[in-house]
Amino acid sequence: MDLLVRLVRDKPLGAAGGAVFVFFLLCGIFTGVLAPQGLNETDLYHRLESPSPDFLLGTDHLGRDVLSRVLYGAQISMIVALLAAGLATVVSIAIGIVSGYFGGRTDLIIQRFVDAWMVFPGLVLLIVVISIVGAGLTQMVIILGLQYGIAGSRMVRSAAVTVREQMYVHAAQSIGARSLHTLVRHVLPNVMPVVIVLFTTRIGLVILSEAGLSFLGLGIPPPATTWGGLLSGTGRTYMYLGPWLALAPGLCLTIVVFAVNVLGDALRDLLDPRMRGSQ
Amino acid sequence: MQAYLIRRLLALFPTLLFVSLIVFGSIRLIPGNVVDLMLAQNDVSTGQDRERVEAALGLDRPITVQYFVWLGDALQGDLGKSLWQGTSVAAELAARVPITFELGFLALIVALTTALPIGVYSALRQDTAGDYLTRSFSLLMLAIPGFWLGTLVMVFPSVWWRWAPELDDPPFFQNPLKNLSHMLVPAILLGLSLSAVTMRITRTMMLEVMRQDYIRTARAKGVGEVLLVVRHALRNGLIPVVTLVGLQAPVLIGGSVIMEQIFVIPGMGLLLLEAVFSRDYPVVSGVFLIVGVGVLLINLAVDLSYGFLDPKVRHQ
Repeated sequence: MDLLVRLVRDKPLGAAGGAVFVFFLLCGIFTGVLAPQGLNETDLYHRLESPSPDFLLGTDHLGRDVLSRVLYGAQISMIVALLAAGLATVVSIAIGIVSGYFGGRTDLIIQRFVDAWMVFPGLVLLIVVISIVGAGLTQMVIILGLQYGIAGSRMVRSAAVTVREQMYVHAAQSIGARSLHTLVRHVLPNVMPVVIVLFTTRIGLVILSEAGLSFLGLGIPPPATTWGGLLSGTGRTYMYLGPWLALAPGLCLTIVVFAVNVLGDALRDLLDPRMRGSQ
Repeated sequence: MQAYLIRRLLALFPTLLFVSLIVFGSIRLIPGNVVDLMLAQNDVSTGQDRERVEAALGLDRPITVQYFVWLGDALQGDLGKSLWQGTSVAAELAARVPITFELGFLALIVALTTALPIGVYSALRQDTAGDYLTRSFSLLMLAIPGFWLGTLVMVFPSVWWRWAPELDDPPFFQNPLKNLSHMLVPAILLGLSLSAVTMRITRTMMLEVMRQDYIRTARAKGVGEVLLVVRHALRNGLIPVVTLVGLQAPVLIGGSVIMEQIFVIPGMGLLLLEAVFSRDYPVVSGVFLIVGVGVLLINLAVDLSYGFLDPKVRHQ
């Protein structure tokens, strides 16, 4: 709560970014109410119509309302974003805290594994894994969560290393607190600032990755509608006849990711001075 | 310097070990495994055939033996054969990797030639309108998905002016001009996001360096502003930029998959996608391995370049 007040007062731009994200979140939650047409409702009398008062963003080659499809896309994007970014954060916390707090050989082995993991381009790794486990919402969330969770664990680790040397942790250890207790009660609360920033920045990355995979035809399969999917497949051939088809999904993607990035930058400045200016 | 070199090379091995384990593990995770796929393709599915195919592929041996056989083959440059074409994966890669490399290299040139001057300008004119403009632009570039930009470039010029990017692709040495004109648009698009990141870090580093004492000293003894930036500030400010560019190598490779798909460039990324859709797992894992090892080598090269850039490392 206190953080929210500080955000609005000190970083109005970041707060605006947050507001835009919440707007898309609400669009995702209330899609069913907001969308003028059903998910795959076709209207063959109104095919490839340019934007008009009846169809605010035009229609596609099957007469489906683009606005409705973009809204359903927002729903998928938001579900994937929150779940995958949430999972990624949990994975980062687990790996980062264990590696940073215990140190020594545990840390060394975990960190070499993380090194090796980070060698693979996110997109290539995702493509390979999806070729193995198949496409789908659940797989997407788990894969993106693992991918960005392992990559982001570095930030939690470096915070945990600092916390480990604090007096209160030594105090807890010396009165015989178990490791798990120390980790949950003392280390975790003190790496929370990093975790909040991590979660926010992951949202943007996850949304972009999901869209990229859907664009390549490896995302969540139809009938589900995703922003990346709207820009790929058969839709592409009709873009030359109806260029408006190419605009809305990409614009939404850009606005959401831009907003979340601005929010992430602002939170980083507020919460974690050490990370200021870094990418 | 020599000790540094050796230390870096030694540190490479544990990472390489994990890289090979990740690639090998990913092949073994395939559900219904490759044998089923091959049998289904050939319409034979008696128990005996299954055993014979497994024996031929070495799949009947313990997993550790399989790993070492696979590793040994890979080290000798044998990455197996494509399931459907029967061609050698290594030969296929040898044809495709240079194309992706060319695309990545052009993108890097685009990124650096735009990001460095603009980043320096932004830092020297901190908090002016120009600074805000470039900073907003770079934030925007980080948010725009490459595949959307690519789509826009394909659709709108063709609708408005009947212009489309070149899609015919002769090899570079056959027809360099035509090849470059095909690569130019995807390279610019690919370079933009890298440019945005580089711009941000160049600006931050320049701001930091320009506040240092030695810059004030240089200024006090009358060094001109241009020389001051180029000779004194940039050399120190650029070290983190080199690191960042190295770290962005995976991003560049990932992005080139998308650009190759949009602009039909027959590079490694397109090979990967074709293989994924035809479930050609030896090809998938071959690309996977090459990408991993390639990025690792780029990171090594970046580390070694510190030796030349940073006297502190050289004299350690």
